[in-house]
Amino acid sequence: MTETVLNVSNVQKTFGGLQALSDINLKVDKGQIHAIIGPNGAGKSTLLNVIIGRLAPDSGTVKFGDMILTGMQPYEINQAGVVRVFQTPEIFPELTLLQNVMVPAFAKRDGSFKFNPFKSMAREKAIVEEAEHVLEDLGLHNQMHNLSSSMSRGDKRRLELAMCLIQHPKLLLLDEPTAGMARHDTNRTIELLQRIKERGMTKVIIEHDMHVVFSLADHISVLAQGAIIADGTPDEVRGNPKVQEAYLGGAHL
Amino acid sequence: MSIHSTRNDVLTMVAFTAVVLTMPLWLDPIGAAYPDLLQKFAIFGLFAIGFNILFGLTGYLSFGHAAFLGVGSYAAVWSFKLLTMNVLPAIAFAIIVSGVFAVLIGFISLRRSGIYFSILTLAFAQMSYNMAYSVLTPITNGETSLQLALNDPRILDPVAEAGAGLPSTELFGMSMRGYSGFYFCAVLLIIGFYISLRIFRSPFGMKLRAIKSNQTRMNYTGYNTRPYLLSAFVISGMYAGLAGALLAITDPLAGAERMQWTASGEVVLMTILGGVGTLVGPLLGAGLIKYFENIFSSYNERVLHEIFSFLPDALENLVVFVTNPFVGEGWHLTLGTLFMVIVIFLPGGIMEGMSRLGRLFRFGRKEG
Ligand SMILES: Nc1ncnc2c1ncn2[C@@H]1O[C@H](COP(=O)(O)OP(=O)(O)O)[C@@H](O)[C@H]1O
Ligand SMILES: [Mg+2]
Repeated sequence: MTETVLNVSNVQKTFGGLQALSDINLKVDKGQIHAIIGPNGAGKSTLLNVIIGRLAPDSGTVKFGDMILTGMQPYEINQAGVVRVFQTPEIFPELTLLQNVMVPAFAKRDGSFKFNPFKSMAREKAIVEEAEHVLEDLGLHNQMHNLSSSMSRGDKRRLELAMCLIQHPKLLLLDEPTAGMARHDTNRTIELLQRIKERGMTKVIIEHDMHVVFSLADHISVLAQGAIIADGTPDEVRGNPKVQEAYLGGAHL
Repeated sequence: MSIHSTRNDVLTMVAFTAVVLTMPLWLDPIGAAYPDLLQKFAIFGLFAIGFNILFGLTGYLSFGHAAFLGVGSYAAVWSFKLLTMNVLPAIAFAIIVSGVFAVLIGFISLRRSGIYFSILTLAFAQMSYNMAYSVLTPITNGETSLQLALNDPRILDPVAEAGAGLPSTELFGMSMRGYSGFYFCAVLLIIGFYISLRIFRSPFGMKLRAIKSNQTRMNYTGYNTRPYLLSAFVISGMYAGLAGALLAITDPLAGAERMQWTASGEVVLMTILGGVGTLVGPLLGAGLIKYFENIFSSYNERVLHEIFSFLPDALENLVVFVTNPFVGEGWHLTLGTLFMVIVIFLPGGIMEGMSRLGRLFRFGRKEG
């Protein structure tokens, strides 16, 4: 029997007259890579925004384990173990790469607030080493003392991924992690995601690149115009005529 | 900024201490080595260092920090009136009162960010300023300013002899007049700088910088940013309160004009002029502004005529005519001009200028 980690039930969200999400029901099983695909403007990012507390749904609830996330502050949701990589990289441009990764590591260790203005960084060796290790994992090791604002867009995405991974989330949400990456970097990211999959972290991934989706996902949900039109294993979804029509106008997946 | 070793910090502190304590020597050639002015360097240096902990690290620009300066002065004078002329209780009292005041103002102002935060702090400071002249006159003594009186209780001090004048501020018998006053302020400046250095180098300081860099990311990274911001706000308010107390120590008098928005604006200028977010920049900015204020505001038309007397008469009159608006009362015009030049050509302030010079120098050496 599989264990449900994330349970989205009856979530609705409208922007003005636009129905961005209409009655979404979604279950994500523990340890899986769950892909959400769908055309541009389908509501994928909006769904993640609702999950992490950036947007309040008009109705419906999001449950994480036994915890109801709806109505919680974003920082509380993060502390509960739900961490997100954004579609446009959200990093700390004025900090070095190493500091960018250390800040989330402190959040994981010290909680949402800790007043330690006199603690010397020299006594934070463990965190520094951990941060260096994660950067090495993502191949960003050699630029770790540079300011992150000077990086390429693809590197910024990987940095943000590093910032999320160092928190060892229970549930990692990835919003198009390979968009704008060169093929080479895309493959490296897939490889990395596969590696962390083995550590038992549950992941929800929004992705355009079908190559990435079918090489990673255990389960796929297809979103179109704010509704889930198909849901199943990659093979089931691939063969679903509704998906082919709505998603690619009849082209083969 | 990389991770600094403890040894580096020790060296920084030794150098800083040496430079501050020898100020009377090396400031002599430019005519700035007298206690009154030296004290001002230390006091406004502290004010700017504290302000920089808020503005430099978190990016939140307060336009009302002079309110804490004023509150610190009032608190110190009350301590002189009620308790003792010893400066230590006055300082402790001023820091506590301004800290409490900062909790209240910060708690409300920090509900907004950006320009709205700035306006809220400005509004609070102007409110305090106006209240000091009106409803709060029992505490502030209104326009006459709060001053010492012969019949003040001073419950901890021995009863003054009949016919004695007003007592002066002291530290266990050592008068705070002249150089001892400066050295006292200098020691506090060194302590204040050390605290700021520790904050800059701590995980706490790193998080404050991260808030400045991307507050949204901080929220989704698991941080409740409000208490971080409030801590920084209160710390900087306490620095301002300390500076206010020191002003009252060198001259035991507290007036509401200390809280006016021009005084709040001045500390913003000092910080930007020196270099926002750098350790020593705000100190340099404070020194520079106080030095120029001292020189330019003391000039008048007669002095200008003397300075330019070597020129032919017609030219002398012209030069005096042009420069006169920039001196005396008009020194703020000089300050404004200086500020514009810095912001346009050196947005990172004096510190950026120095690092540019440093690079130029190194480059020149390699070439040679
Ligand atoms: N904050 C917002 N305000 C108004 N409209 C929004 C907002 N966020 C998203 N939308 C709209 O909702 C729809 C879904 O957007 P989004 O979830 O970003 O789609 P995608 O599936 O491409 O990630 C789009 O039409 C978008 O314009
Ligand atoms: Mg999107």
